[in-house]
Amino acid sequence: MSRTDVIQLLYIVAFALFIYGLMGLTGPRTAVRGNRIAAVGMAIAVVATLLIPGMGNWGLIILGVAIGTAVGIPAARQVKMTAMPQMVALFNGVGGGAVALIAWVEFRHSAGFADEATYVAIFSLFAAIVGSVSFWGSNIAFGKLQEIIPGRPISIGPAQQFVNLALLAAAVACAVAIVAGSDAEILMIALLVAAAVLGNFLVLPIGGADMPVVISLLNAFTGLSAAATGVALNNTALIVAGMIVGASGSILTNLMAQAMNRSIPAIVAGGFGGVVTAGGTADDGTERTVRSTSAADAAVQMAYANRVVVVPGYGMAVAQAQHAVHEMTKLLEQKGIEVSFAIHPVAGRMPGHMNVLLAEADVPYEQLHEMDEANSEFGRTDVSLVIGANDVTNPDARNKADSPIYGMPILNVDESRSVIVLKRSMNSGFAGIDNPLFYNERTSMLFGDAKASVGDITEELKAL
Amino acid sequence: MLLTNLAILVLAGFTGYLTISKVPNTLHTPLMSGTNAIHGIVVLGGIIVLGLGVDGFLNKFLLVIAIAFGTINVVGGFLVTDRMLEMFKSKPGAARPEEDAE
Repeated sequence: MSRTDVIQLLYIVAFALFIYGLMGLTGPRTAVRGNRIAAVGMAIAVVATLLIPGMGNWGLIILGVAIGTAVGIPAARQVKMTAMPQMVALFNGVGGGAVALIAWVEFRHSAGFADEATYVAIFSLFAAIVGSVSFWGSNIAFGKLQEIIPGRPISIGPAQQFVNLALLAAAVACAVAIVAGSDAEILMIALLVAAAVLGNFLVLPIGGADMPVVISLLNAFTGLSAAATGVALNNTALIVAGMIVGASGSILTNLMAQAMNRSIPAIVAGGFGGVVTAGGTADDGTERTVRSTSAADAAVQMAYANRVVVVPGYGMAVAQAQHAVHEMTKLLEQKGIEVSFAIHPVAGRMPGHMNVLLAEADVPYEQLHEMDEANSEFGRTDVSLVIGANDVTNPDARNKADSPIYGMPILNVDESRSVIVLKRSMNSGFAGIDNPLFYNERTSMLFGDAKASVGDITEELKAL
Repeated sequence: MLLTNLAILVLAGFTGYLTISKVPNTLHTPLMSGTNAIHGIVVLGGIIVLGLGVDGFLNKFLLVIAIAFGTINVVGGFLVTDRMLEMFKSKPGAARPEEDAE
């Protein structure tokens, strides 16, 4: 058996482990193991690659891996659970960046693909465009979630779609010219730049509420570009791993979009939350009032309830309030009150975001109710405690046909007998739209940092 | 060679599709993170192109960055996923999502 055969065999073992690991990731019991199995597959694939005959430049390879490890490990170790979504966006972005850089060097190294087969050029250039879009798009998504860039949609208006199409056409035109035989490096650079600007323009107009779907979409993009790189380099491991991610990422994107009742084209077209209605006045022009409450009142209200439902959202994540929340609900349970959590599938910045946080705080799994189950229970709930959730409770999604979120499944918090909303201020949610729930006569607002507010309520409950 | 690779590409696509079609909501985030780590496999591309020899400072420089990027993607991706998933583990007495899933 030649050394090349051994390498191919190791690749087969590696991608079998990827697939097996991924299967594990779809079940809660097997997920941790699945992830580790996939990691082992990755290690095998790297070792196999280093065995390729004629490998050289060891110093530089080690340098690259060392830099990557030195940056990656602390970043992954230290990131807070709440900042997880933007971390995934960042990791995804660098993957796309790597693809684009490899394609660029391929171009330079082969004198504009002159000595390569046509398909190599086509797949490399596809990888370059998609990788560059993914890199820049992910960085914008990171910026939005990290609140370096405003979460609201930023666009240049109706011309946006046209400009995006023109950028894509420009990138493809450069690619066609290169495939046709041009070796001018300016074309390759123009292609990368056009794709980079396109990546920025694609994500900037998308509102923060849609960011999870966008990250998932860009994840699928990076997978596809990796697969294309694999075809260009004739590397089976890259093809299989990249394509699996491309396909599974697309499905996942679809599942997430469905949970929000949004279509992927509509999300990419942007403008979610573009219609910002000013708070303070209702549609008929009458002044609307908000009732604010105190921690003591909120504590009394809950202490005399039979059933309390906690509706967590991004505000709980930002304030790191999950432990404080669990402490409060434990206290309520000691008082014989039935407590559950209503989890909207896209509450927070990623599907499952709330589950991760509440699991971290040791909230029992059976208290976490998914949307359908939770919605059947609001009618017999005395107090719904909304902690930093906004858009996922907005009754406009049910009632107001011209609302940008109309049709999105929501938690019907307004069906419960009373609602307490913990919120930092009257600012609108991530989608940038007003929420009539706050003006409901059964709703009272407790302003302030979620963790501090929950802590105050807990103290008041203890004193009762 | 191209046709073999295209065949692999198509089959891998369907495999990915079938593997993911049923996942509880709870696991969407870790799954996204895990698949994200897997496409860090592009690091192999960087290693191959650099290892089999390129000339010039710029080429080498770009590839070292590419390898560093790919490594960040792999190492960071798997570690973050592991941290997320650890939180679902070993809650004594807690029902498991598998039994509770719709």
